[in-house]
Amino acid sequence: MSWAHMDKTAIVGVGATDYYVRGHSWPRTVYDMACEAIINACADAGISPHQIDGFAYYSGASAGYTGKLDTGTFMEMLGMPEIGFSAALTSGGNGSVGSVGLATAGLMNEDCKYCVSLMTLQQLPQSRLGTVFGKMDVDWQNSFLQPSGLVGPGHLMSVLARRHMHLYGTTQEAFGEVAIATRRNTANRPKAVRKKPLSMDDYMASPMLADPLRRLDFCLETDGAVAVITTTADRAKDCRQKPAYVHGVSAGGQREWSRAFTWYGMPDPYFASSGHDWPAKRVWEQTGLSAKDMDVALLYDHFTPMVLMQLEEYGFCEKGEGNDYVLSGKMRYDFETGKGVNGGTPVNTHGGNLNEAYIIGMTHIVEAVEQVRGTAINQVKDCEFALASGGPASIPVSSLILRSA
Amino acid sequence: MSEPIKYGPALLLPGEQLHIAMNNDTEGFWQAAKEHRLTACQCAKCGHFRMPPGPVCPECSSFEKHYPDLPGTGTVFSYAICNRNPANGEPYVYVPVVVDIDGAPGARLVSNVTGCDAEDVHIGMKVEVVWTEINDGWVYPHFRKA
Repeated sequence: MSWAHMDKTAIVGVGATDYYVRGHSWPRTVYDMACEAIINACADAGISPHQIDGFAYYSGASAGYTGKLDTGTFMEMLGMPEIGFSAALTSGGNGSVGSVGLATAGLMNEDCKYCVSLMTLQQLPQSRLGTVFGKMDVDWQNSFLQPSGLVGPGHLMSVLARRHMHLYGTTQEAFGEVAIATRRNTANRPKAVRKKPLSMDDYMASPMLADPLRRLDFCLETDGAVAVITTTADRAKDCRQKPAYVHGVSAGGQREWSRAFTWYGMPDPYFASSGHDWPAKRVWEQTGLSAKDMDVALLYDHFTPMVLMQLEEYGFCEKGEGNDYVLSGKMRYDFETGKGVNGGTPVNTHGGNLNEAYIIGMTHIVEAVEQVRGTAINQVKDCEFALASGGPASIPVSSLILRSA
Repeated sequence: MSEPIKYGPALLLPGEQLHIAMNNDTEGFWQAAKEHRLTACQCAKCGHFRMPPGPVCPECSSFEKHYPDLPGTGTVFSYAICNRNPANGEPYVYVPVVVDIDGAPGARLVSNVTGCDAEDVHIGMKVEVVWTEINDGWVYPHFRKA
């Protein structure tokens, strides 16, 4: 039984600022950048910012993980006359692509007509995401985590990667290949932050930050804003660009994952996972599709092992086979043919959080939209379905499938 | 594969850096630690263990709980090796670890392994609890090779 709202909404506009190395967006502000991204997304869609009447945030409507975004402030700044929908998914970056599902909820309930989802991020020293967990006030829950010295997201993720290596023989070379394969995709991208080709020797020479993870297993720390506009399929026909139909979308998870790597109570095999079993199951049920139907996969890549694990959970390979799948080149994009390599599906043709920019997952939505429009820089030939993911972190973990018009 | 890294002794972060907070549900765990007793939160009705302690049993919805004395041993489920003190970025080797607690099926404690070289820690290693005083007179349970 397919999803009742399949293809009933579409992303019609994407907009972004420049991408800045951490802190370098100063003296701009998070609202300055957010407004630029929204105005650019409206221009892309061919609508006025005054037509926006909905906001579907994620990460608890935060800018990064610190300051809160406020819809009334956006109305004041951008001049929208009416707002009928203002809501946020809980927790953090895990909800990035799920925000498009939240927008769909607002649109299908006829609360709004043009709904923005966005992230705006400025990592000044006091709001650097890599250290934000360690600076949190100690409370009843994190008193069972912080004293161990697991204070950064990389620390937290390394414990899951270690278990995956133990259970399945996964190697550091496979993590290296995730970084190398996706770095190849930024050489031709003007806005990308990391573009220099990467070799396995470069990877192995990268300093160990949280053994088994090296600096090059960690994503970028960047500033900037990205906004996308979702509307109903009927209205999408009148927009400037070819619609990117919302074919399936999920945001949630199962009890075995719950607080994930801030809890560490997950039983095997969920411990050594990215928490995407549930959101994957849900989008495959909604659409009747499976991994082999995806033409491109834009997988949230804050840390390299989490890409490998998502490939397993979405079914691009079996659980525990991510190492061999990745090392056989199957993540790579073939610039000659515009297809995958060795029967694989191209992953993160935009370079992802690891290489292009880290705007907490929003760039993956932009790339999914451009791929199904047929306008991507590293365009996959005949791209009909694009998978994008959010997370992996605490529930809700999210998943999105866009279909070309 | 590159050569294994020699890290040397696995330390505990300096006690003055370690702070805890508690509520009505978790206080039982930390009071027991003060008396050098390792415990975990157990449902008084159905016997299910849960960590960190929360107000209600996820299996039977009972609010009744207790904190039984456990053997103080466990098994390393997974770990990381960190090489900088997060407080100042100086070189400092410590091994955060997730331990399956003996006598409390399903309950885990996130702590540290100390008393051996970091590179000697491994998944499946049997460990026993060690106690170190931290801020405000509280006591932190960590582990050494059993």
